[in-house]
Amino acid sequence: MLYLTRKAEFSASHYYHNPAFSAEENQRIFGKCNNPNGHGHNYTLEVTVKGEVDPRSGFVIDLKQLKEIMHREVLDAMDHRFLNKEVPEFLHQIPTTENIAIAIWQRLEKKLQKAQLHRIRVYETPDLFVDFYGEEK
Amino acid sequence: MKAHLSRRYLFSASHRLHSDKMSEAENESTYGKCNNPYGHGHNYTLQVTLSGQVNTQTGMIFNLVDLDNFIEREVLNRYDKENLNTLPEFEEAVPTTENLCLHIYEIVQRGFSPAHLERVRLEETMMNSFEYAGVGKLHQEMSS
Repeated sequence: MLYLTRKAEFSASHYYHNPAFSAEENQRIFGKCNNPNGHGHNYTLEVTVKGEVDPRSGFVIDLKQLKEIMHREVLDAMDHRFLNKEVPEFLHQIPTTENIAIAIWQRLEKKLQKAQLHRIRVYETPDLFVDFYGEEK
Repeated sequence: MKAHLSRRYLFSASHRLHSDKMSEAENESTYGKCNNPYGHGHNYTLQVTLSGQVNTQTGMIFNLVDLDNFIEREVLNRYDKENLNTLPEFEEAVPTTENLCLHIYEIVQRGFSPAHLERVRLEETMMNSFEYAGVGKLHQEMSS
């Protein structure tokens, strides 16, 4: 089994707010991130796939294909967007780094054919990142 | 759904690697430059990884502000701008980054309850890093 990781960057804005909470609760729980005008980050995405090396190509996965899938499924949807307002997953769900990692997993998992998705890592800043390994079986 | 969150922190401290159980020659051969009696310093980078279910109401595993406050209070206040050799935990033990990593793991494991501690990584320089994930766990994880 081999693991292969491809990185990408995207920039987006978001804010944290749960309409089920009172204004005070939102402020207490989410602090500065509750500003409804949003704020932005340069996110770094790392997609790790695993699989056996194909004896003919020598590849676990065609990197060009992986890059295209990442662009089509993730970057086209999230890069230079206001996540809360423009990305369907986040119209009713808070775009925390945790939820972004889960959403990216769900977008990519169904598009990969030969290799299996192993991990989605999303850096919100160089000091903060989330790893998602899929739903526990 | 379960996710892992990692957060990185910086602190600076000095230390001297020296064991009272070794002769002068042995200390010198074991620790080399690090045995300099005046000590020397590093900018350490601490990376703490915690896991848990993502709360459906908040979208978060736990509140990051709580972790930041905890690490500030229990780890950074303790070690930042300190000479590690003067601290009680290093009265007997040598303040190697291995031992410091184990101590920080213990502090977080015992004191921070909102999520499960997966591992502590401590980078002494850009070239050296150490990780502890509890007894036996890291090896298992890396080989699986």
